[in-house]
Amino acid sequence: MKISLDIELKDIPGQLILALKPISDFGGNIKTVLHQRDKKTPSGRIPVQIVFEIEESKLARLVERLKEGDVNVARVGKERLKESMVVLLIGHIVHTDIGDTINSVDSTGFAEVVELSLSMPGIEKKSSALFTLSAIAKEELKKALDILKEIAKKKGILVISSI
Amino acid sequence: MKTKIIRILIIGFGNIGGGVAEVISRKKENIAKKQGLVLKIVGIADLKGVIINKNGLSEEDIRKFKTGEKIEKTRDLNIIKEIEHEVMVEATPTNIENGEPGLTHIIAALESNRHVVTSNKGPLALEYKRLMDLAAERGKEIRFGATVGGSLPIISLVKDNLASNGIISIKGILNGTCNYILTRMAEQGLPYEHVLKEAQELGIAESDPSKDVEGIDTAVKLVILANSVFDRDVSYKDVQITGIKDITSEALEMADEAGYAIKLLGEVNKGGCLKVAPRLVPKDNPLNVRGTLNVVTIKTDLAGNITILGKGAGPIETASAILSDILGIYKHNNENDFII
Repeated sequence: MKISLDIELKDIPGQLILALKPISDFGGNIKTVLHQRDKKTPSGRIPVQIVFEIEESKLARLVERLKEGDVNVARVGKERLKESMVVLLIGHIVHTDIGDTINSVDSTGFAEVVELSLSMPGIEKKSSALFTLSAIAKEELKKALDILKEIAKKKGILVISSI
Repeated sequence: MKTKIIRILIIGFGNIGGGVAEVISRKKENIAKKQGLVLKIVGIADLKGVIINKNGLSEEDIRKFKTGEKIEKTRDLNIIKEIEHEVMVEATPTNIENGEPGLTHIIAALESNRHVVTSNKGPLALEYKRLMDLAAERGKEIRFGATVGGSLPIISLVKDNLASNGIISIKGILNGTCNYILTRMAEQGLPYEHVLKEAQELGIAESDPSKDVEGIDTAVKLVILANSVFDRDVSYKDVQITGIKDITSEALEMADEAGYAIKLLGEVNKGGCLKVAPRLVPKDNPLNVRGTLNVVTIKTDLAGNITILGKGAGPIETASAILSDILGIYKHNNENDFII
């Protein structure tokens, strides 16, 4: 699983290794380290963002270990859904059970509708909705779009995907 | 410089055929001087009749043919066989049901050992392979740059300038009418029906706009690209088509706020994709062009993405593509055709 970890380190030499070594010890695969020296926290610490991959079962113990080692852990973010795209729907979106339309994607387990905005100009008129679809990877995102297109077709809704 | 005479027969003398006569008249001196090619229109035929002069028609003759003052009332297609010429320009209107009458004209010309340059999409969208095989058998060329994207040199760009590249995909806006309608709807917040009516009044949309707005015209052009660039053997019935009729001004506004324009795109790739559909195009993408413009992005394996844009229709713009095709035939080969 890909994790984005925000930590805060004391501004003295040798601190970064305190954070990186435990990740490595737990078998984590570090992807990026962003050392934001110019953005000190009010307490004078330096924020660092580390993105790494690790087995989910080891994450909690890793966070404990970091805290024991005097590393301030500000945020642990799971980046499960990495790929996103915007899709526009036109048609009778609400009255054809919008919940069911969204659920067709959410129930896949690999993709979700993460944002939605809706424009309903009048009861008899067609509505428009802007969906943001997110999925765990590109291929799954494409599958989610196909699922959405399929259900939209049955409901007479036009799906406009981004290039 | 060795001078070569190229005799041209124009079949179909509407806007495009007339445009061809006009651009030849405008450019012939320059072409003779720079390329040593003397272009002579030896005959013109359309539904009204024919006019022929084996030594070349004068501008006055052509004008009189247009006004009907000087016209021979015949619709005998034997002129394609009987009047000696090197290049037949086929500029009759597109018929996507059976390709006629263009298909018969093109076959007659190739069988009479003429090169063919055409703006007529029907015969190519329906019988591409048959026509190419016939041309190859006769050792003649059939060029059709004017059928896709009007003045945009898409086909010659791919076949000549990008010859070293593998083409991965081609996508773009190939119908100026749809692009005009979507642009106006987006910029003015106007409903589809209103903008369509406006486009019809301006002559941008036809009185029966269905071929444009339903995406069929784009599909036919896409088929020509699929067959000529990707060596497919498909017809427009193989294209997955969605038009623009269901697009609302609210949807365009919503897309705009999210940083997108909605454009009717045709897309073909070497993996088998062949579709026409409205798509969300990021506003900073080169495919986001306004008004009646056409635009195409060609994705290549060596040169990356190449985008060209320009006027997709209009008599002079289309005639420009036809004239370029005529000159293209004589650029590299066909020495045997020259009669001087």
